[in-house]
Amino acid sequence: MTDFLNSGFRKTDLNSDANMEQNVETTVLGADEIIINMGPQHPSTHGVLRVKLKLDGEKVVDSECIIGYLHRGVEKIAEHRTYQQFAPYVDRMDYVAAVSNGLGYCEAIEKLLGVEAPPRARVIRTILTELQRIASHLVWLGTHALDIGALTPIFYCFREREEILKIFEKYCGARLTTHAFRIGGLQYEAYDELEKDTERFCNDFEHKVDEYETLLTSNRIWLGRTKGIGVISGEQAIAIGATGPVIRASGIQWDIRKAAPYAAYDQYKFDIPTGKNGDTYDRYMVRMEEMRQSTRICLQAIQNIPTGPIMARVGKVLKPPPGEVYHAIEAPKGELGYYVVSDGTTQPYRVRIRPPSFVNLQAFDTMVKGHLVADVVAIIGTLDIVLGEVDR
Amino acid sequence: MFDVITFYFFGGLAVVSAILVVTARNAVHSAIFLVTALLATAGIFLQLHAEFLFIVQVILYVGGIMVLFVFVIMLVNLDVAARQTQFNRMWPFALLLALIVSGQIYAVVHYAQKGISDPLFQVVAAPASALEPNSELIGQSLFTQYMLPFEIASIMLLVAMIGAVVMAKRKV
Amino acid sequence: MLQELYEFFKPHLLPLLYAAVIVLVLPLLAGYVVLLERKVMADMQARLGPMRVGPHGLLQPIADALKLLIKEDIIPESSDKWIFWMAPLLSVTAGMLAMAALPFGPVFQIAELNVGLLFILGISSMGIFGIVLGGWASNSHYSLLGAMRSSAQLVSYETAAGMAVVSAVILGGTLSTRGLVEIQAQKHVWFFFLAPIGFFLYLVASIAETNRAPFDMPEAESELVAGYMTEYSGFRWALYFLAEYTNMIVVASLATILFFGGWLRPFPNVHALNFLDYLPMLLMLLVAGYSLYRAPKQPVAIQKMVMAAVAGLCFLLAVALALPQFAPAGTLLASMKPGLHGAFWFLLKVGIYLYTFLWLRFTLPRYRFDQLMKLGWHFLIPVSIVNVFGVGITVYLSRSTDEGGMGWSVAAAVALTSVVTLLAAAWLAKKGEHEPAPPATPESV
Repeated sequence: MTDFLNSGFRKTDLNSDANMEQNVETTVLGADEIIINMGPQHPSTHGVLRVKLKLDGEKVVDSECIIGYLHRGVEKIAEHRTYQQFAPYVDRMDYVAAVSNGLGYCEAIEKLLGVEAPPRARVIRTILTELQRIASHLVWLGTHALDIGALTPIFYCFREREEILKIFEKYCGARLTTHAFRIGGLQYEAYDELEKDTERFCNDFEHKVDEYETLLTSNRIWLGRTKGIGVISGEQAIAIGATGPVIRASGIQWDIRKAAPYAAYDQYKFDIPTGKNGDTYDRYMVRMEEMRQSTRICLQAIQNIPTGPIMARVGKVLKPPPGEVYHAIEAPKGELGYYVVSDGTTQPYRVRIRPPSFVNLQAFDTMVKGHLVADVVAIIGTLDIVLGEVDR
Repeated sequence: MFDVITFYFFGGLAVVSAILVVTARNAVHSAIFLVTALLATAGIFLQLHAEFLFIVQVILYVGGIMVLFVFVIMLVNLDVAARQTQFNRMWPFALLLALIVSGQIYAVVHYAQKGISDPLFQVVAAPASALEPNSELIGQSLFTQYMLPFEIASIMLLVAMIGAVVMAKRKV
Repeated sequence: MLQELYEFFKPHLLPLLYAAVIVLVLPLLAGYVVLLERKVMADMQARLGPMRVGPHGLLQPIADALKLLIKEDIIPESSDKWIFWMAPLLSVTAGMLAMAALPFGPVFQIAELNVGLLFILGISSMGIFGIVLGGWASNSHYSLLGAMRSSAQLVSYETAAGMAVVSAVILGGTLSTRGLVEIQAQKHVWFFFLAPIGFFLYLVASIAETNRAPFDMPEAESELVAGYMTEYSGFRWALYFLAEYTNMIVVASLATILFFGGWLRPFPNVHALNFLDYLPMLLMLLVAGYSLYRAPKQPVAIQKMVMAAVAGLCFLLAVALALPQFAPAGTLLASMKPGLHGAFWFLLKVGIYLYTFLWLRFTLPRYRFDQLMKLGWHFLIPVSIVNVFGVGITVYLSRSTDEGGMGWSVAAAVALTSVVTLLAAAWLAKKGEHEPAPPATPESV
């Protein structure tokens, strides 16, 4: 049995906690480097993330993220559930964007089964997923602004998000862990006012995004706190495997909705916003623009929802042929991938989930070196991580 | 009568605080007692209707110099200092010296009140009412009669500030 | 014997009464400023704020004070108990003592000091001790660092605030707080119009002086260093909080006296606008009427009663303001008019200034600490020095030629110097922007 604690990516010297006491007792005037510990319980780490920072004065010299505080063994559980039984578990990973998780999983299993959801189901899936993207970005914006000190945007964001959650509730009965989709399509028919609600929300929302922008985008203090902070270049991002707004803000035009379209994305016209410098400000602008583009997609989608069945012909008992599939979607946080290996039984042999936050978190060390302690919080916020996804 | 009470109050407070500055064990306590002593002195100024001097004493001594003292005391590692002996062996000699100096001051004041014409013993009391308005007079004299010393003092302070910044500057 | 004692204390009775009023009323007032902050915060965040305790949360401060009083008093084990006890007291004392020289109206002033302005600035700067000692006494590395940062910020912005104050003193020619307002009455113009840039400098510096957002990094919750107040709980924390709000009130009062004419009604010498004298009682009547209107709509009986009591109180205040206005000239009642109305206008202006503080807190994000210090030293202090020059030149230009000036019109002089100061400020801002952001890669350490 290998040394579990010290194997893995980095040699985690858990005994360095003892070093911390000695380090802190050195005089402030003569201190070279001190190690401070942020978390796992901390208002700004957005979950149970532990960050050890090595500081030289006020500047961060080195950092280490320690995760695993929210590990629930989801992938192991998957091996002992049937495919349909596992679907609700998937929502709980990125609990801020449950609908996207469900979409990725259902489409992965559909690929494994070789079925395709009917057109009507695909369009409704697209609408709900885009609404979920907006909701996820709203949570990101509110909490990120709150960490940097702007106390008001979070309330405005949550007010808008409330409308989206109402739509979800009307559709499937749940606001947060929705389990909205089924393998093969949808279970629930779209409710009568879905188009009207979505249209009203989207028309309203354009103005609201402008409202958030007036508060933050050209604000001198916001610019000072986000421009040039947490820079990562395109090559570095690709080397790490980062995806989503993190990589798009560094100038790389990569979005799975365009590169390998799924659901109904190939039918709609939308742009992929990219940034230039790869700093916090660019990631902010990219996500703001993504919210606008999501609105655009939704408005196009509700113009023309095809009629027809909402569920493909799949049996009650799912026994996909032995094989494996990797299916990735563009979740709000990046590329969410499902690698499912089936051995022919009703339960998968292995489900490996590639969470975007887990891979993006690797960028933290690069981003935070050389910055001040006060920027650490901004950088964690800009990566938009959800610990449920990182730890699974 | 009110004047006398306030004078003795502030004076007594100043003396007691000064003694405690020297005898307190903890350096931070010493600093706080020094603050009290300086404030009591400021109180005496106020009681003499020297309002400008009172407030300048507060702003400069207490608000500036004592804040600096307290900063430095707090940033320096006190554990080592606390374990060292607090009094050195010469304290009886120092006490004797302090008594001699206070005796001299008392003698000067006593003989000045007695009216001896030797200028050594003349202490001129400040006429309180003739000094209004305080700050205007000081301002005027600083900018006309005493312009040169004022400027020299400012330049000295500027030099000290620049020196401190250069010495303390390091990469953040 | 009693007669002698009375004669002894008589000159001091009125100031003692004022002092008692301030010490008793100030904590209540600070508590209601906290409530105001919560309601304004809620309003800007599209929600309601405290609504339950008392109608519209009006009894919330009392509930909070009671709660804090009965909380367990926790003192850290290895802290310096004496200093731990004394530090919040220092902060509160400094704040309250500064109020001794503040005139809350032409009548209500504890001590008319010749150097009143300097007194307020000096005593306020003694509040720094409370912060530094509080951080030290907590015996926690992080508290000490937070206290150091907080006091470094306060010290940096004191210079800028002082310079901004100097620009108003140049216009007024006196350091006495009452004198400054009287000169504004004489000149028929508020100093804000003569030194607008000085006012804005003072606004920014005073926000930093009171540790309010956007300059509240040392006490922000999302920071690693939680600030000097961490180890204080219960009533000790309440004292620090009280000290902060007292400082806000002092700073707002100072700004009102220096730049907005203190207790003067807008256009006090223009007889055509004398109808403005009815404004105080009208406002009070409006508030009373609205409270009375809302009283039956409260959900609970006790809230109805409290609302009605509030309405009654406002009505009494309106009557108190109206009586001197309508009393025949020369009677005792009429002579109370400047005092009462002056106090009303003063408090109204202080309220508006405090509202600006609150407004800025909920609109702007927070400055990072090094950006904050850079702003103070590299921008505010140079601009405030230029501003002092500018105001001096204004005074020189606008003085009539027989007084040794140039005889320009006041408006022209103010316009010229303001433009020059703004150009200097713009140049400084531009220069500041070109400085590189903290490098992304560490330099060789």
